[in-house]
Amino acid sequence: MLSRTADNLYWLTRYVERADCLARILDVSQRLAYTPVTYGGSTNEWSSAVLTAGCADEFVARYGPLEEAKEENVVSFLAFESENPSSIRNCFEVARTNARSVRTALTSEMWDVINSAWIELRNFPNRALTRDELSRFLAFVKETSLRFDGATFRTMLRNDGYWFARSGAQLERADNTARILDVKYHVLLPEKEHIGGPLDYFQWASILRSVSALTAFHWVYRDSVKPWLVADLLILNRQMPRSLAACYDSLARNLDDIASVYGRQGPSQRQARAMLARLTNKSIDDIFQTGLHEFISEFISDNNKLGAEITEQYLT
Amino acid sequence: MPHAFDEMSSTDGGVRPAYETLQRWLAEVPQDVLDHRRKEAEFIFRRIGITFAVYGEQNAQERLIPFDIVPRILTKDEWSRLSRGLEQRVKALNMYIKDVYSKREILKAGVVPENLVYQNPAFRPEMNGQRVPHDLYVHIAGIDIVRTDPDKFYVLEDNARTPSGVSYMLENREIMLRLFPELFSMHRVAPVENYADDLLATLRSLSPHGGHEPNVVILTPGIHNSAYYEHSFLADKLGVDLVEGRDLFVKDAVVYMRTTEGPKRVDVIYRRLDDDFLDPLAFRRDSVLGVPGLMSAYQAGNVTLTNAVGTGVADDKAVYSYMPDIIKFYLGEEPLLPNVPTWRCREADHLKYVLEHLPELVVKEVHGSGGYGMLVGPASDKAQIEKFRDKLKADPANFIAQPTLALSTCPTLVEKGIAPRHVDLRPFILSGSDKVRIVPGGLTRVAMKEGSLVVNSSQGGGTKDTWVLDA
Repeated sequence: MLSRTADNLYWLTRYVERADCLARILDVSQRLAYTPVTYGGSTNEWSSAVLTAGCADEFVARYGPLEEAKEENVVSFLAFESENPSSIRNCFEVARTNARSVRTALTSEMWDVINSAWIELRNFPNRALTRDELSRFLAFVKETSLRFDGATFRTMLRNDGYWFARSGAQLERADNTARILDVKYHVLLPEKEHIGGPLDYFQWASILRSVSALTAFHWVYRDSVKPWLVADLLILNRQMPRSLAACYDSLARNLDDIASVYGRQGPSQRQARAMLARLTNKSIDDIFQTGLHEFISEFISDNNKLGAEITEQYLT
Repeated sequence: MPHAFDEMSSTDGGVRPAYETLQRWLAEVPQDVLDHRRKEAEFIFRRIGITFAVYGEQNAQERLIPFDIVPRILTKDEWSRLSRGLEQRVKALNMYIKDVYSKREILKAGVVPENLVYQNPAFRPEMNGQRVPHDLYVHIAGIDIVRTDPDKFYVLEDNARTPSGVSYMLENREIMLRLFPELFSMHRVAPVENYADDLLATLRSLSPHGGHEPNVVILTPGIHNSAYYEHSFLADKLGVDLVEGRDLFVKDAVVYMRTTEGPKRVDVIYRRLDDDFLDPLAFRRDSVLGVPGLMSAYQAGNVTLTNAVGTGVADDKAVYSYMPDIIKFYLGEEPLLPNVPTWRCREADHLKYVLEHLPELVVKEVHGSGGYGMLVGPASDKAQIEKFRDKLKADPANFIAQPTLALSTCPTLVEKGIAPRHVDLRPFILSGSDKVRIVPGGLTRVAMKEGSLVVNSSQGGGTKDTWVLDA
């Protein structure tokens, strides 16, 4: 297929995934911010939202120091502002532009989801939203990504186009999960006094919520929320669709499918397999021993490297 | 202006036979049902994203062309007359272009004046002596037809470059089938959906070399082009790649596209890009839409461009006025479809007549399109006419004039209900190496404003589904 088409598909799904992730971050931040400080709420939830979204520099340039980030500014910046290249609105804009450029590579159902969301987006006012409006908006964003994934899964031919689309989504998803962990890793570390205190519980639960995994946690571990189990679920547990291991499971398979149809393996396949092996052979204890933070940072940089390799190998 | 012929009502107040069923149905259906279906159609169009852009309009980046839900009906006999005339005309166009770029017999015979060719901005000296596969230049033509009474159809305009609108012809039918299945059960309407197959067969037949299955692509200027929807629509229907200039490159006079599996050779390019932008090395150097070296590959005979380069030399409004002579010259036949009588303002006696009769004439720019820069005499006030008179006098060769035809009307759903509105028709004629293909009907354009004769979408014109009854 045309390299440009593959590139558009790959970025289209990345942007839809990113929008979904931003919606979750906002959702969780809102919840934590309304939780009394004694129960784990804190005054700087909104600054971690900006950090997790990976757009701290842009935010600071516009609104000043991160520590003083205000709810309305963060919501507006992450959700709506065109000055933020990764705002939800921009994600949808870019996704639709990409979709228009590759309409022939999309099924009409996939196009319909993207186009309808883009039309719907204009119905949300261009001002600070009320709490109600914001929840409706976030629900709409999550709904859109669900519908898009569903349309993709149900209607798209299983060929290179599908695999590029899925690879984009998985790569982005892995990046998002890793960044949530990166910003919050400190609350998962075994630290002195308040282990097991109420404060930490709410922080841990919020991490799980931001990847929609609180219920899943209980099913998988049949235990109360413990930080090392949270880390295990999000990093190594393949049952959990947003875990790094599950993302790489799927990524390595998609890339292998491409390689087998094209009859040629390349750097991206090797890189994906190496990363999958790392996620398979390690236990969560190993990771905590060598440093959770180091592990996550290295993962984020390797994940970016894989993205660059896919681009180099296929998309240009 | 004489009273216009209405395609549904005959002059004695009765109904013309082809419209009998439709008329009865329209009389029975409540207005609010029609309004509701019209809204539904609009919703579907917007949702599938069938939009077009009007250049130079802010905030109107993606606009819908108004779709009228009342179909326009032609009988089988009317259509067979039309299609014979269209085939003849396109044949002559192809022979004319071949002649212009080779022996120039028609110029030597004095049938067409030389300066019409040599001073034509669409004339491409690069094409002199260039052979094109099967001597075909215009593979996809859109010939605009107007009607003035039960028997008279005229050719209003030839479009031999990159005629657009065929996606509307196809989508209009799809929508009608969805919204009004009962109407189709009452009529035997000839299908149009085979257009995509016909187009693909035509394009494949034009491959510069036999042997392997040709790789056909559609070349678009990109998503900002006003007809982008149509480009992607066609690529989808044909199952071929929709490429932009940056997806292609030329190496050793062969065209390749960049794919995820490396370079892939391209054989036929259905380009929806004007000559000027095709190749920055050959034409406009500032074009970022084209493919450097494309002309060299074309001239080497390694790739087919449809339509060929330089076909514009045959479709401006000045050449148009010679079409009846061109048909006679090459085919030795009388034109089956007449031209609208045309005064060429480049000729002194014609100009004199035109200046004396401006209030009753339509005056158009020779190279104009889209309904811009024209004067409709009867619809203009004194000041507008005088202003145009100055423009005309300043550069007479740039204009032609025609009588203001009473274009036929068709019943159309407007705010007040069903009312007659003026229409034209653009059938699409495909010329392949094996045969000529025309799907029955074409795109009917309708001037939605009462009394207006301008059907162009850029001027608020709409479209209708066009039915050719099979029995």
